[in-house]
Amino acid sequence: MTIETTKEELIDEFSMFEDWMERYEYMIELGKSLPVMHPNFKTKDNIIKGCQSKVWLHAVLNGNKIIFSADSEAIITKGIVAILIRVFSNQSPEVILKTNTDFIDEIGLKEHLSPTRANGLVSMVKKIKMYAIAYQTQIGL
Amino acid sequence: MIKKTNSNTLFDVETIRNDFPILSRKVNGKPLIYFDNAATSQTPKQVIDVIVDYYSNYNSNIHRGVHALSQEATDKYESARQIIQKHFNALHSHEIVFTSGTTHSINLVANGFASILTKGDTILVSALEHHSNIVPWQMLCKKTKATLKVIPMTQEGILDMEAYDSLLLLCPKLVFVNHISNALGTINPIEEMIQKAHKVGAAILIDGAQACPHIKPDVQALDVDFYVTSGHKMCGPTGVGMLYAKESWLNTLPPYQGGGEMISEVTFEETTYAGLPHKFEAGTPNICGGIAFGAAIDYMNSIGFNAIAAYENELLDYATDKMSAIKGMKIYGPKKNKTSVISFNIEGVHAYDLGTIIDKLGIAIRSGQHCAQPIMDFFGISGTARVSFSFYNTKQEIDVFVEGIKRAAMMLH
Repeated sequence: MTIETTKEELIDEFSMFEDWMERYEYMIELGKSLPVMHPNFKTKDNIIKGCQSKVWLHAVLNGNKIIFSADSEAIITKGIVAILIRVFSNQSPEVILKTNTDFIDEIGLKEHLSPTRANGLVSMVKKIKMYAIAYQTQIGL
Repeated sequence: MIKKTNSNTLFDVETIRNDFPILSRKVNGKPLIYFDNAATSQTPKQVIDVIVDYYSNYNSNIHRGVHALSQEATDKYESARQIIQKHFNALHSHEIVFTSGTTHSINLVANGFASILTKGDTILVSALEHHSNIVPWQMLCKKTKATLKVIPMTQEGILDMEAYDSLLLLCPKLVFVNHISNALGTINPIEEMIQKAHKVGAAILIDGAQACPHIKPDVQALDVDFYVTSGHKMCGPTGVGMLYAKESWLNTLPPYQGGGEMISEVTFEETTYAGLPHKFEAGTPNICGGIAFGAAIDYMNSIGFNAIAAYENELLDYATDKMSAIKGMKIYGPKKNKTSVISFNIEGVHAYDLGTIIDKLGIAIRSGQHCAQPIMDFFGISGTARVSFSFYNTKQEIDVFVEGIKRAAMMLH
């Protein structure tokens, strides 16, 4: 599935909700259904700084695609990282680097985009892009 | 007019609420319920008016102009210092140093002690401290090679006084403790701690940032060496606070920052410093902030600290009862002898999630470590949710909040 299709899919899903509560309930749902992260990946290095609750993000290369896995102590934060993983995981570094996060605004979660927001969505995206840069260099070699 | 409303005490909270313009705004479409008073208090129109008046009518630099505006601003600024002096019952108005807030005040003292402490000296800090009363002392110890020792606390979140007695046998030069813990609301036995510190010849600094919104400390009766607080916790603006220090200490400590205002004579060979308190007030101060800080103290005194404390205790008891009935509720810290702060977690719910959902309901609470990571580590938790009440909050707001956390817990489980 292309990254654009996933984004459209998410926008469609979230457009069904009428109020914040339904959106948050769905986000919590997404958080709960995020595949369990291997405990070995819950290292200090994988902790994303700038989040009020602990968030771990790990990435491995599978062929030329990056597979992300993540976890968080807080369920809403886990929901946010689950959305990002759904969009960015199993994509090539080039595609990841080219993709912006406008869809967050479109699914009605704009408030989480502010860099001062303690959930660290901005830090999560930054870390995803950093992995993409690192693996792009590796593939290039 | 005082009438009986919403309380068992004679306290007209509805009239008081009208003084606070922000309390009539909506957040996320809901009436704002502001329960983050321990982080910063709201500002009454009596204080806002003073700020507007300053910039509308007599904004000018102080202590230097001969013109009318400068004289007027200087008079108002110095009057504010006297209001603060009277409020804290300092012996002299020059024992009150205006600072940018508690953190600045602490750093000013820590910097001064850098020239007093030597290798092998001990200083004590309590386990209940906020980062701003830990980090400056760590920096000081690094600079002077003095040793920092921690007065431990019990599981209940109160300071272990037996351990304090033993630590005093080390003859520390300085003791630092907050009057009231920001994370738990614990009221520390500072009278006893001050007396005991003095018996071994130690100076003692009390961080009153969390106490001053609720009680009126008397620095002479306490016989405290240093007492510090911030204006914004007690209905004043941000960016202004004060350091009270005994005159003898202010004479002993070297200036913190160099600049204008703090000098008497300057040549390129030598500078002589200005008298107290100006020696510690380099540069143009927060003039408007200082004046507004005085107005905030006047405002709080017009309500009365006894009435404030009685009403806030009532809110605390009411909220503690209601919250304790919620399934999975765990409240941290002491049950008695505390101010209107409740630090809590609900089993299986992260404090951050709770804060996020509660915010959607228009309720402002704090979640996280409350800048007191060592306290969270002590309880083995990553953080708590915290509500802190002020005299303008109501029982009805607590009811809405309690329903809110029940709803949030249901969503998050």
